[in-house]
Parts: sequence; structure tokens; C-alpha cells
Amino acid sequence: MQDKSKIVIGLLIFLVIITFPIWYNLAGGKATYRPDLKYVTDAKECVAPTDYMTSNHMDLLNEWRDEVVRDKDRVYMSFNGNKYDKSLTNTCLDCHSNKADFCDKCHDYMSVDPYCWDCHIIPEEVH
Amino acid sequence: MSVVLSLFAIAVLVILPLIGTGLLQLEYLFGVIIPYAAIILFLVGMIYRILKWANVPVPFRIPTSCGQQQSLSWIKQNELDNPSTFWGTVKRMALEVLFFRSLFRNTKVELREGPRISYTSDKWLWLGALAFHWSFLIIFVRHFKFFAEPVPIWVDTLQLLDGFFQIGLPIIYVTDAVILAALTYLFLRRIFNPLVRYISLINDYFPLLLLMGIAATGILLRYFLKTDIVAIKELGMGLISLHPVVPDNIGALFYIHLFLVSVLFAYFPFSKLMHMPGVFLSPTRNMANNSRMRRHINPWNYPVKTHTYEEYEDEFRDLMRAAGLPLEKDK
Repeated sequence: MQDKSKIVIGLLIFLVIITFPIWYNLAGGKATYRPDLKYVTDAKECVAPTDYMTSNHMDLLNEWRDEVVRDKDRVYMSFNGNKYDKSLTNTCLDCHSNKADFCDKCHDYMSVDPYCWDCHIIPEEVH
Repeated sequence: MSVVLSLFAIAVLVILPLIGTGLLQLEYLFGVIIPYAAIILFLVGMIYRILKWANVPVPFRIPTSCGQQQSLSWIKQNELDNPSTFWGTVKRMALEVLFFRSLFRNTKVELREGPRISYTSDKWLWLGALAFHWSFLIIFVRHFKFFAEPVPIWVDTLQLLDGFFQIGLPIIYVTDAVILAALTYLFLRRIFNPLVRYISLINDYFPLLLLMGIAATGILLRYFLKTDIVAIKELGMGLISLHPVVPDNIGALFYIHLFLVSVLFAYFPFSKLMHMPGVFLSPTRNMANNSRMRRHINPWNYPVKTHTYEEYEDEFRDLMRAAGLPLEKDK
């Protein structure tokens, strides 16, 4: 007796599972989708360089939160000497007021679910 | 010596993409060509070896087991350890594949005062192996978010559960901590246990160090030296949809991570890591013990020419009768 048929069936199941991402994206048809961020502000610069903000904005926000909540330290000195209020709602969302077309774009794409919005309101949505 | 060689190999594997993408601008090589080559090698090698295994005949059942086999109705059968049916075997295999039941029975031998030999239960290897394998599986599945648009809901759920404790930012995944701890334990065990060190070879140390390298670079990328993950997903989506693109704002650390993963995939079919498909073919685990109910015929049995007593008597009946010998059939 040989178990060849059973082993081949097992191998096929493995191949289907391991190539699942390919079928998933073929069926979804969104493989070429890229998040397209909309900038709705006239301001020329952010509180930190774009490269840093792209990858590390969560660090900055985390620092701000701790410093404001624990030390009442509300003034942020930016990399080029400008002063900003350490506030997600008043500073960040002032320029990036379009959460749905800015924050959510990448967060959805990367399946990130930040808990900022558990407490913070989005001014546009309140009005 | 094997440890030093393995460490050296890992160092080379880290330096190659570092120089390749940091200095020589070979992003396309390390981001597209090598990953594709590694995946092809992985799939072809895996299929080749499994089909080779599949050609091996299975002449008989191996009833090696750890429990009472099916017998008379008033003798209780141990159905999990000594199944006699297909579904019983499926249950035994599930326990083996998902929870490493054989390893759970691991014992250690010690020479105590007397001198007296003692066998004691040793669950640490089982615990370390289980912690590593499950973490690795969860991390592997979590990475599906880099290869799927939209990201399926069950990947979100898995991330949510993995980050259950909400410590740090980005939230620390439990599996990230567990896999490092488990790999460190499995590695140190080979170094500090003289019995295990004696039988450890370079192909035991190398995969462990490679996996540690992958976990370490992954953890660095997520928590410490953050990179633009949207660009990384663009690379991943390009690879999976066979229209590779190489975004230019990806750091060398990511290419080190990707290269080490590629090496793992390419190395897989040539190494002991083939225990992944191999565990399903464990002969003492995947066969129902039904030798007493069904006849299993050896496929390479030589067609033996037999001459039974009946035939013998037919041939010499007259002579036997003349000599006065007793006959079974006398006519």
C-alpha cells in the first residue's frame, strides 16, 4: 500500500493556503491601490520633517500626551525653532482637518487602529 | 565551532543587504529578485521533497503506541493514543501537530547518588517549542496585512488579541516578546546543556540564529527604528500581484529583515525545517492500529512459489497409498 494520494491531497491543501494572498488579491482587485493623502492647508511646514512624521508621528504624539498630561508642558519647540501648542485637536487637526482623507487613509491601508479617537473628537464631525 | 560558524554566517547575511542597499543601490535585487527566487526555491524544493517521500511504500502498520489497543469489548481502549479508526487517527495527529504531544512525554535521565538512575519529566523543551511555534505562526499570519488589500477582518482581530495588554506605542505584541524568549531559551539550551551540545550541529544552530535575527530585525523595525510601512506594503503588494515596484524611501534595516526571511525560505527545503510537512508523515502517529481487522499487504512482496500439502498429496497420492502412509483425502 502507498499513501501517495493522501500526501498529494495534503500538498495541494498546503499550496492553496500558502498562495492564498495571491488569490485573495486577484479576487479583491485592489492590489494596485495606494493611499492618496490630501493636504488641505496653506501651511508650508509641519512640526517636524516629513520623513520623520511619516514613520514616527505616533512617537511624537505619545510624547506630547505624556508631557501635557503629566507635566502640564504645552509648548513644543520644533526642529526649526517655531513654537507649537502640544495638541492633537488644536495643532495637528488644524492643518490636517480631513481625518477621513488623511489619517484614516494610511491607518486603514495598514490596518492600524489608533486609540487617539477614543478620547479626542474630530472638530469637523462635531460641527 | 558550529556556533561560531553559524554566528559568522548570520553576520554575513546581515552585512550583505546592508552594503547592497546602503551603498550599492541594489534595492531591486534585494527587494524583488531575491524574494522571488527564495519563494520559488521554497515551493519547488518543498514539492520535490514531499513527492519523493510520497513514493515510499507503506508496507504495514506500526502499532507502536502509548495505550491499550482496541481489543475485547470489556477492555477499555485508549482511543487517543491507540486509535483504530480514521477519525481517531485524525485526533491523535491534531494533538501531535498542534500541541506536540510526543514532546510532552519528554523525560530526562539523571544519575543520582547511590548510584541510582532516575527518569524525570522534563516539560521545558515542550514549553519552549510550543511557545516558539505558536508565536511564529501568529506573527506569520499577522504579516498578511502587508500582502492584502483590504486587510481581512480576522487579521485585525488577531492583531487586537496579540496586543491585548495595550502596553507601549506602537502596542507591544505578546508574540514578539514570547518568540524572542522562546528562541533564546532554545538556543541557550543547546549551549549550556552538555548532552544537547554534544549532538548539536551547525544545522541546529544556524536556523535558530536565523530566526532570532528575523525576530530581532522585525522588532527593531516596529518599535525602535521605525520606517515608512506604507512604502513597505507597496513593495509587498507589488510582489504578491506580480507587478513589483521598489519605493525609494525604505531603509536598509527593512532589507536586512526581508533578506533574512528570504534566506529562511530558500534554506527551508534543504534543512531540518522540513519537519513542518514531515510531522504529518510521522509513521507511528498517522496510522490507525487496525492490523487485527484489516490485512495490509506489503507492496514489494515477491510472488513466492508455494507448494501446499494438499498439492503435495495430490501429486504423490498413489505412491503414498502404496507405501501405506496416512492420507487426508483418500479416493
